[in-house]
Amino acid sequence: MSTIDSTPPSTIEPQTSSGAQTPPASMQVPDASGRFGVFGGRYVPETLTRALEELVVEYHRARNDPDFQAELDELLHRFVGRPSPLYHAKRLSGLVGGAQIWLKREDLNHTGAHKINNTLGQALLTLRMKKTRVIAETGAGQHGVASATACAHFGLPCVVYMGAEDVRRQKPNVFSMRLMGAEVRPVESGSKTLRDAVNEAMRDWMSSVEHTHYIIGSVIGPHPFPQMVRDFQSVIGKECREQCLSSLGRLPDAIVACVGGGSNAAGMFYPFIHDTSVRLIGVEAGGRGQHSGEHASPLTYGSPGVLHGSYSYVMQDDDGQTSDVHSISAGLDYPGVGPEHSYWKDSKRVEYTSCRDDEALESFDLLARNEGILTALETCHALAKAAQIAKTMSRDEHLVICLSGRGDKDAAELARLRGQQW
Amino acid sequence: MTAIDDLFQRLKASGKKAFMPFVTAGDPNMAFTSKVITRLEQLGCSMAEVGFPYSDPIADGPVIQASYTRALGNKLKLQQIFDQVQQDRSKWSMPLVAMVSYAIIHRQGPESFIAAAKQAGFSGVIVPDLLVEESQMMSSLCRKHDFNLIQLVTPTTPPQRALRIAEASSGFLYFVSVTGITGERTQLPDGLVDRVGWLKERTSLPICIGFGISTPEHVKLLSPVSDGLIVGSAIVRCLEGAAASEEQALQNASQLVSSLLAALET
Repeated sequence: MSTIDSTPPSTIEPQTSSGAQTPPASMQVPDASGRFGVFGGRYVPETLTRALEELVVEYHRARNDPDFQAELDELLHRFVGRPSPLYHAKRLSGLVGGAQIWLKREDLNHTGAHKINNTLGQALLTLRMKKTRVIAETGAGQHGVASATACAHFGLPCVVYMGAEDVRRQKPNVFSMRLMGAEVRPVESGSKTLRDAVNEAMRDWMSSVEHTHYIIGSVIGPHPFPQMVRDFQSVIGKECREQCLSSLGRLPDAIVACVGGGSNAAGMFYPFIHDTSVRLIGVEAGGRGQHSGEHASPLTYGSPGVLHGSYSYVMQDDDGQTSDVHSISAGLDYPGVGPEHSYWKDSKRVEYTSCRDDEALESFDLLARNEGILTALETCHALAKAAQIAKTMSRDEHLVICLSGRGDKDAAELARLRGQQW
Repeated sequence: MTAIDDLFQRLKASGKKAFMPFVTAGDPNMAFTSKVITRLEQLGCSMAEVGFPYSDPIADGPVIQASYTRALGNKLKLQQIFDQVQQDRSKWSMPLVAMVSYAIIHRQGPESFIAAAKQAGFSGVIVPDLLVEESQMMSSLCRKHDFNLIQLVTPTTPPQRALRIAEASSGFLYFVSVTGITGERTQLPDGLVDRVGWLKERTSLPICIGFGISTPEHVKLLSPVSDGLIVGSAIVRCLEGAAASEEQALQNASQLVSSLLAALET
């Protein structure tokens, strides 16, 4: 039977779901078949197998190639502006009245979010594999913009699939993609959101796989995507770890990140997995309520199943049909989540909780008015929960929020939601 | 031995090829799907492939995807498919094979799914998103229940892998004719006939070709090298107006199937 409408957790204590005793989380995942514990794997049509195998081989070759790493590092430094600062939000810390709050400023990257860390890496791989075209899916449009940017930088043609509903609510990003020469194809099927954009990109790839690379934007999809995207995004956590050691002289006490597909959280958490003194907290989109269809929190309310090529927590009905989900933020409006998050949940290394639409909206103002930072609605979910958690901590403790994206893209949607003039 | 194994033995003995139409379950309702299967058998089809609608089908083109959306929009549930097939099974003598995404099978539990499908009257299952690497459990459960697991080989499958897939399959091997999603094509790729021929010399399993077949010319080209042909989108397209007029939809599908069957006979 489905557990979709099961009772929500009353606290942010880690939830046990599969019941069985799971060993502590390892960083030595996935295995050769793409499994993070029981999660992950590869559930795709046979047509895509050869391309995925080719990607595994090329990715491992690139990882061990100092020239590849040097080229990527140079781009991340001079084109993206890395390292991104770790900023002590003193006014916010004072207002919240608890732990010292630090912001890992991924919003200051070129293109305004963490997504560029991954697209540059995958675009370099596209060139190494001698593929001549790139496709991508996007929800909030941040991955679409980052893909369009990487493709413009390298001179690759780029097609971005985007749900028609998301095209509406993230117009500035649609315009940016087009300015950089990408073709944005609105997807009218299903719920017209991120999930449908992934379906459509997969369908394109089924026919174009021989010359096209699909730059998946999150830690989802068939092996090796969850691993590869995590690795490219791990620059966030690696930098953050070093910055904490140099600024604080020690590791932080807690780290909070929002989770849709889960790429910024995976990149932030992964380098800290073995640092068990650091609490890691992932925040899903709690939407309007706990019932199926009102939120996008598969780790909080869903159960393990297959979606978009891997085995992970997902929102499904009792037949295995994907359920509709809702979030105020296009980037979190997704019924699935990366398999490594499912692994971290069941191994209890990461605590997962969810944040409602209204709480997220409130925290937008909190950071805007007190720190002068406009935050992406996705990131606001992490912000809202982080403020609640910080309150329960002492003033000499430190909490880091992964500030995954900037909020300019959401200005028009915020105005609409608040009935204000844009 | 399943009804599918039996079918191919009989066809082989009489030098004939299988013709296998695909029909979406529950588009627009199961009673109509049952009528379609009855008509397909009357026309002389050898077997029917019943597509189980799935919310996120990545291997399917727009025609089949739209049929899934219509069926699910009418609140089709898995149990209704099993119930209708079981109720009408005695009317049909041809084997039925289920086309089901692994998301659905996983949710039921593979063994429960196989048992329910078999009890309803299916003889095998095609799981388009279950790769040979992930198929061991399904494969052994299918063997245990005397149920066929039909796996797919595509134009991007390297030769040695194709042999491995053939070894892990039963009933027949589904040879996907094109690199891409389901849907009618005006042209089938060069080299298809040779690739099927190569594989046919190396496996004892019957080979059926599907994806993109929509005209009598396709049938004439591919039937000599294969043991059977599968036609999906072209038939589903004929049936898409069933909600407005069932009779018209059945007539359109019958015309198409008759012309394809005639091409198969010649």
